[in-house]
Amino acid sequence: MAGKTDKINDFVVRFANVNGTGSASANFLFTKAIFRMGVPVTPKNIFPSNIQGLPTWYEVRVSEKGYLGRREGIDLLVSVNPQSMLNDIKSVRTGGYFLYDSSKKLHAEYIREDINYIGVPLMQMCNEAYTDARQRQLFKNIIYVGALATLLDIEFNVLEDLLSEQFKGKEKLIPANVKALKLGVDYIHANYKYPLEFRVERRDLLKDKIMIEGNSACGLGAVYAGATVAAWYPITPSTSVVEAFMDYSAEFRVDKITGKNNFAIVQAEDELSAIGMVIGASWNGARSFTATSGPGVSLMNEFLGLAYFAEIPTVLVDVQRTGPSTGMPTRTQQSDIMEAAYASHGDTKHVLLFPSTPKECFESMLDAFDLAEGLQTPVIVMTDLDLGMNDHVSPPLTFDDSREYKRGKVLDAAALEKIEKFGRYLDIDKDGITYRTLPGTHPSKGSFFTRGTSRDEYATYTEDSAAYQHNMDRLIRKWDTAKNMVPAPQVYQKKNESKNGILFFGTSQYAAEEAMDILKEEKIVVDAIRLKSFPFNKDVEYFINSHDTVFVIEQNRDAQMKSLLMIELGVDPKKLISVLNYDGMPITADNILNQVKVNLRSSSKSLMSKN
Amino acid sequence: MTYVRPKFRHPELQKNKLGYTVDYYEGALSTLCAGCGHDSISAGIIQAAYEMNIEPHKLAKLSGIGCSSKTPAYFLSNSHGFNSVHGRMPSVATGANLANRDLTYFGVSGDGDTASIGMGQFVHVIRRSLNMTYIVMNNGCYGLTKGQDSATADQGSKNKGGNVNLFESIDLASLAIELGATFVAQSFSGDKAQLVPLIKAAMNHPGFAFINVISPCVTFNNNVGSTKSYDYVREHIGATATVDFVPEMQEISIEYGKGTHKNVTMHDGSVIQLHKLAEDWNPLDRQSAMNAVINAKAKNEILTGLLYVNPDAHDLHDIIKTSDRPLNTLTKEELCPGSEMLNEINADLR
Repeated sequence: MAGKTDKINDFVVRFANVNGTGSASANFLFTKAIFRMGVPVTPKNIFPSNIQGLPTWYEVRVSEKGYLGRREGIDLLVSVNPQSMLNDIKSVRTGGYFLYDSSKKLHAEYIREDINYIGVPLMQMCNEAYTDARQRQLFKNIIYVGALATLLDIEFNVLEDLLSEQFKGKEKLIPANVKALKLGVDYIHANYKYPLEFRVERRDLLKDKIMIEGNSACGLGAVYAGATVAAWYPITPSTSVVEAFMDYSAEFRVDKITGKNNFAIVQAEDELSAIGMVIGASWNGARSFTATSGPGVSLMNEFLGLAYFAEIPTVLVDVQRTGPSTGMPTRTQQSDIMEAAYASHGDTKHVLLFPSTPKECFESMLDAFDLAEGLQTPVIVMTDLDLGMNDHVSPPLTFDDSREYKRGKVLDAAALEKIEKFGRYLDIDKDGITYRTLPGTHPSKGSFFTRGTSRDEYATYTEDSAAYQHNMDRLIRKWDTAKNMVPAPQVYQKKNESKNGILFFGTSQYAAEEAMDILKEEKIVVDAIRLKSFPFNKDVEYFINSHDTVFVIEQNRDAQMKSLLMIELGVDPKKLISVLNYDGMPITADNILNQVKVNLRSSSKSLMSKN
Repeated sequence: MTYVRPKFRHPELQKNKLGYTVDYYEGALSTLCAGCGHDSISAGIIQAAYEMNIEPHKLAKLSGIGCSSKTPAYFLSNSHGFNSVHGRMPSVATGANLANRDLTYFGVSGDGDTASIGMGQFVHVIRRSLNMTYIVMNNGCYGLTKGQDSATADQGSKNKGGNVNLFESIDLASLAIELGATFVAQSFSGDKAQLVPLIKAAMNHPGFAFINVISPCVTFNNNVGSTKSYDYVREHIGATATVDFVPEMQEISIEYGKGTHKNVTMHDGSVIQLHKLAEDWNPLDRQSAMNAVINAKAKNEILTGLLYVNPDAHDLHDIIKTSDRPLNTLTKEELCPGSEMLNEINADLR
């Protein structure tokens, strides 16, 4: 249209919808079609804490280079929500496009001279083509997907295939959907020049990659990890973790002969009860987990302290959202770091895992159970709303069939027979990890009293100062053992190439890697490390010690990971420069670059890259 | 502190069917106050477990926090015990039971632990019909923090400090009936003859079995004016029936006084033998049981004995259709769908 340089596979489309109008499946159809054309694509739901009626957005970034983080600057806005239209128009970049329902004429105040308007009379077309009120609403969404297909060169047969898969078993619905797609296609053909200067071109960039939400991957991971008991209390954005566990369990865990379940899922009355059930089940030898978000972790604090001190394996998924308090329940953040690391009163520390991709969500669950049982302590899988509730292009999930479940130091009846006197908290192996027994194992040996009160090595209650301190010191020995058991960080270079490093974790990976590429193009070299777990191992310590400046990228206001690094590794605070994002939206590469460059400029030349 | 009980016992103590004498069911020496009602209840639990031929290691005892919750240390030392956090024993018991349905679960709580901080969990564990015995050692006060009123203290009851409780009390037994508990009983720590058969019947019950035991606090709530003192309870006690519990295939004969007999046969063939004392009361009818409690209360009487039982109880495992085999015995081969299936899942996600 505008005769500018064509941009292939590099643009952002944002859909402005009304919550509860069936737009989600149409928008996913659009995303999946691009995925099927072999082009990296990343969608973000920007939704309200509401079921019906409020504005909701769906933002899709297409990136030939495979950048899967969010990007600012909307190239094309699809407007189906009059409520948010004024702001939606403002959000389009200069030279961008605004696709709207032209059944009614746009008011003068909605006209911007620096953007292009594409009017499609969605409502009018639907009213003419369909009689049913619900269909008239639903097919508006499909019509704009048809229009976009033409504008952006999305292959029509890919959309058709997706519809046939979606309505497998309900084939009657396919023709009406295809008809709506064609209405959109034909309208653009008849009224506008197409395709736009930015558009999709088929590639083979995705190979064997899949598209899945992090929460589904966590739920499936729990199935593969052999979890049998799940207890939970519904809370956004974690609910779909347990729902996925439910669905996959129903598929894979129902005994074919008896029809009975090789799993138990209980919706608890609150998060306290949910974690209590997990602790009870784990104490009794089942792999058990719960999923929650920040407010739930707050409620679980007391029980987490018990699990730490009484040494009971506990697996918890924290899908973080924007706090504090109820905060923005449907927005993302990495702001539970401190809460999770030191949950509960007294001296406590907990093992944390930080997956970045759905594949890692799946693997984190496998690791979490092995670590929780291996270390007899809580393990918290720290994901966030961005990872959990958005579809992500991810490497395929993998499981090595030779991988055994590591159940930790549990004595069976035969082992107990050989022991003169069982001591639940005797550190026989000097690694801080002691041997436990399960109820029902042996008629006369191995029983003990699990308690949150102080006890001696034989689990007998004591208020003896020396015995108490001896136990607390052993727990630190166990913590040190944990450092060598948790997943090591990803270090991006074989040996240091710069005095500057960047450090990040979780969903900041996407934007951080993109920022690194851009810095490289600008001949600015920085080293990088991605944390995968807490406690920090020696690689993390080395990375920080061997750089003059480390930029710590995180998605919270208070630089919580920086604090944790300072506390646990004794790092000089001046060495750590925070790069923060805490507006509730996923962090972008531009945001990182701006913050890093400001600091690089203001620091002395010696801090700049050697190269 | 926990003290070890001396090992010496009378050489001719009788053995139960498993060959254990009653001392095999004992625990550490109690550190509660001398004369505490809770110690009598512990003794009742020991006696019941002995008479029921329970394998101690096949029983898990769980509790919350408080004087009552300390007692699991004082009985069944060959059982695993779990002293959890305040008011949260029901959730821990639920998880434990889900993991291994083959054990007997025995929960001990107090009136503070259940009727205040743990009310939510108490209500919901009943609603879920967890197969467990839940005993509240109810003394109407907070012992460990020196005698504050609890939510089960009767309105108008005077505590040791002379303060009169201004608030309505929570009646745990009628609440349990209301919420659908399938076995509800009330007893008095001073009435071992009644308490032991009730505990036996409760342990045998295939669903949620609740016993509210009035258990006077000798230190903080045994004064004149208290409605939970030994004297007051003895003066105001009434009973629905004398009760005995007969495990399957066991012949026993008991001398009954005048009144009507009623036998409740459970699904496993065991029998709860009742010699009814209360009028217009049917232990199989919830409404009748509620009426009996309310009528007794109106007469300032503490109604004890079995209040309500439903022999057709279904537990949580039945409701959610869990495997008959304990979940904690399932192996990786049974639980993990494997890599081939994962490849199919991956394919569906492209």
